[in-house]
Amino acid sequence: MIHDQADYAREGEDVHEPLLSEKDETTVDVREASPLPDDLTREELTLPAPSEPEIARHYTRLSQMNWAIDSGPYPLGSCTMKYNPKFTEDVAADPNAAIHPDRSARAAQGNLELQYRLQEFLGEIGGMDAVTLQPPAGAAGEFTGIAVAKAYHEHHGNDRSEVVIPASAHGTNFATAAMAGYDVVELPSGDDGRVDVEALEAAVGDDTAALMLTNPNTVGLFERDITEIAEIVHDAGGLLYYDGANLNALLGRGRPGDMGFDVMHYNVHKTFATPHGGGGPGAGPVGVVDELAEFLPAPRVRETEEGSGYEPFEPANTIGKVHGFGGNWLVLVKTYAYIARLGDEGLADAAAKAVLNANYLAERIDLDVPYDPFHHEFAATAGDRDAADVAKRMLDFGVHPPTTKWPEMVPEAMLTEPTEIEGQSSLDDLAEAFNLAYADTDDALDAAPSRTAAGRIDQVGAARDPRLSWQALDGE
Amino acid sequence: MYKRQERDIRAECSRIFARNDDLVEFLGRGHYGHYVPSVVDHLADRAEFLTSYTQYQPEISQGFLQALFEYQSMLVELTGLPVANCSMYDAATALGEAATLADRVRSTSGDVALVPEQLREGKRAVLENYCAGADLSVETYPMADGNADIDALADRAGDDTVMVYAENPTVRGCIEERLAAVGDLAADADALFVLGSDPVSLSVLQEPASVGADVVVGEAGALGLPTAYGMGLGLFACRDDFLRQVPGRLVGAGEDAAGDRAFTLTLQTREQHIRKERATSNICTNQAWVALRAAIHAATLGPDGLVDLANDCVREAAALADRLDEVKGAAAPVHDRHHVREFAVRVDQPAAAIAGDLEAEGFAVHAIGEHLLQVCVTDLNAGRTDGLVAAFEEVI
Repeated sequence: MIHDQADYAREGEDVHEPLLSEKDETTVDVREASPLPDDLTREELTLPAPSEPEIARHYTRLSQMNWAIDSGPYPLGSCTMKYNPKFTEDVAADPNAAIHPDRSARAAQGNLELQYRLQEFLGEIGGMDAVTLQPPAGAAGEFTGIAVAKAYHEHHGNDRSEVVIPASAHGTNFATAAMAGYDVVELPSGDDGRVDVEALEAAVGDDTAALMLTNPNTVGLFERDITEIAEIVHDAGGLLYYDGANLNALLGRGRPGDMGFDVMHYNVHKTFATPHGGGGPGAGPVGVVDELAEFLPAPRVRETEEGSGYEPFEPANTIGKVHGFGGNWLVLVKTYAYIARLGDEGLADAAAKAVLNANYLAERIDLDVPYDPFHHEFAATAGDRDAADVAKRMLDFGVHPPTTKWPEMVPEAMLTEPTEIEGQSSLDDLAEAFNLAYADTDDALDAAPSRTAAGRIDQVGAARDPRLSWQALDGE
Repeated sequence: MYKRQERDIRAECSRIFARNDDLVEFLGRGHYGHYVPSVVDHLADRAEFLTSYTQYQPEISQGFLQALFEYQSMLVELTGLPVANCSMYDAATALGEAATLADRVRSTSGDVALVPEQLREGKRAVLENYCAGADLSVETYPMADGNADIDALADRAGDDTVMVYAENPTVRGCIEERLAAVGDLAADADALFVLGSDPVSLSVLQEPASVGADVVVGEAGALGLPTAYGMGLGLFACRDDFLRQVPGRLVGAGEDAAGDRAFTLTLQTREQHIRKERATSNICTNQAWVALRAAIHAATLGPDGLVDLANDCVREAAALADRLDEVKGAAAPVHDRHHVREFAVRVDQPAAAIAGDLEAEGFAVHAIGEHLLQVCVTDLNAGRTDGLVAAFEEVI
């Protein structure tokens, strides 16, 4: 099953695909053909002008130098790389849905209906009373949720300056709080890897705007004191924010809204299987409880009063907008199709299998897993080996390695999330790759990877001397 | 929520989307539809691209990294600025990020982001949210006949200004005629000059670097992305000095163990997963796949095709404005400027009513003021202008 990107290389020859600019550079005299006066135009434009067959070969070759979930296991912890059902692409490609966002509501009833239905789906899944689809990614969802929390506090005359975040949280949580103008209070983890309730009590107070929490947390542990945590935060007048990155573990089993969370975002490109596209687009809808609904971004979609159609509306005390239009529409359509396909039963089944797969895989690997019982993901430790080196060696055994060296609470962490999609044999392959790499010699680890299109890349060197365009490479 | 079959969901969604009216859209104002060649879909839809994750293991992700490096390079050529990232969410969020960058890099204190009075409302609303967290306020400068009012801007820009934003073309499709003067004013105020545009327009308009732009933002989804209900691709490019303050992902060239050229995400110490609350932005997931599409589209057109497309956007807008100007009760273009794709139309009757009547005739246009419409023409609807003109004659 080894996926060998070096196959495309001929022995001893350059395996690389030239840059488009190395294939062709054509310069056009812009002013010659322009209907505009010269002082409003550029003189010339120089870009590649390859033929269509050259383009097809170029991008096909590049695709062959790229791992994907359709290539094999991709167990990046916290990233929830599941298979993306193909039919959702066809649903999103419907030409009738390809309309401009500024047409009247009367002429856009189809898209509005789908938006409304998805709002309802997500509200039900999260146990939330109101949902906005506008945030274009998880981090944008966080920014929206924290901005909503801020608007809520300001509306009630409370000037709160701090957001409390566990040390193990995603980096986006800290960056989001800072972007929204809050000071960050970092909460150390308890000995069991969870929120230390006493430390939380000491950390929250009159200045606390919110606690941002991921549950299960970033080593896969369920915050079993969540009811007490919610009480502590609420008693201090703060709000409880749910980071939806790990929602896949809870689907159909527990809802953030029922646990006392006031506001949450959904990572639809994780939980609801929309393709990640090499880094996006995703979408980060936000759900809130009733008390916060009036602050959500505008517009949201509701049924018309007579119930015969759908209309956009502006929440009474809206924070305004977080995306120029309505967010990543094509991604949202795929989300709807996925949820509709699985239904309650399928979603609950996905969560159960995700947890089962993580536990099966953890049993099969020789690495220690310091924190348990974990759910959909686990943080193994490479111990006295370098986790990044072990990961590079795993590339030679036909799998993508897990997330490495994070969270920091586990030394040399290998955060692993196989998701529900892997069968037993591919989990066994993953385990074998783990074990072979972990047990390999230092020399073998240092030399890895050897079966990929590029050998080990000097990232420090690349950052020291940044070359970010083909123009920067000219003359080399 | 019941589990349902794939074919039933496809049928259901087809039925739902068929409830959108069948209209010929002459709509723009920041979201543009151009014809996207089939080759873009077929190559970008390859599962190795579409179903991959962020390139955290560069050795096994060289293909996407190279494609993004090429995308960055195309934007470097189009903007004249040496640094372009591999995407923001859309034009509005890119502008928000530019404002917070301006706040970080400006040497003296100040708290005002100056924007043109004619600006898409939603874009301004997004900017306000980004500015709120950085304690910046958004203020406007006036326009004079569709362009930045340079004298008024000179009066307004000063010590408190961290950023001056202008668009080329403007939200009403006007080409700015004195951008270098805007750049000088911004420089005099020690403020960043942030210019909004799109890669099609940039193919022929003045190179942003040549008029003093420090940052270029905009909607790069004009390439590669069909009309998609507002989904976008945020363009972000800037000067070298801001390299370590750039938001978002950057792909760089480096070397592998054999000394061969290889690509990798770089300068990651700017980013949230390392720098946490001191990161330049919280952005993580971005619009990488849309950037891939834009790059394939640009490669397919080549510089000749891009220039032809942009020139057609200028010619078609002028031609349609002339024809609508002949309709009794309508005057176009409202601003005595050159236009790209779109222009404002003054109508004697209430604009909203006219837009409604046009919709009943099967055409969608913007109503942007009590007696102002806006019409956008691209290669997608240029063949339908006869119908639009006839409909104007019918309803006015």
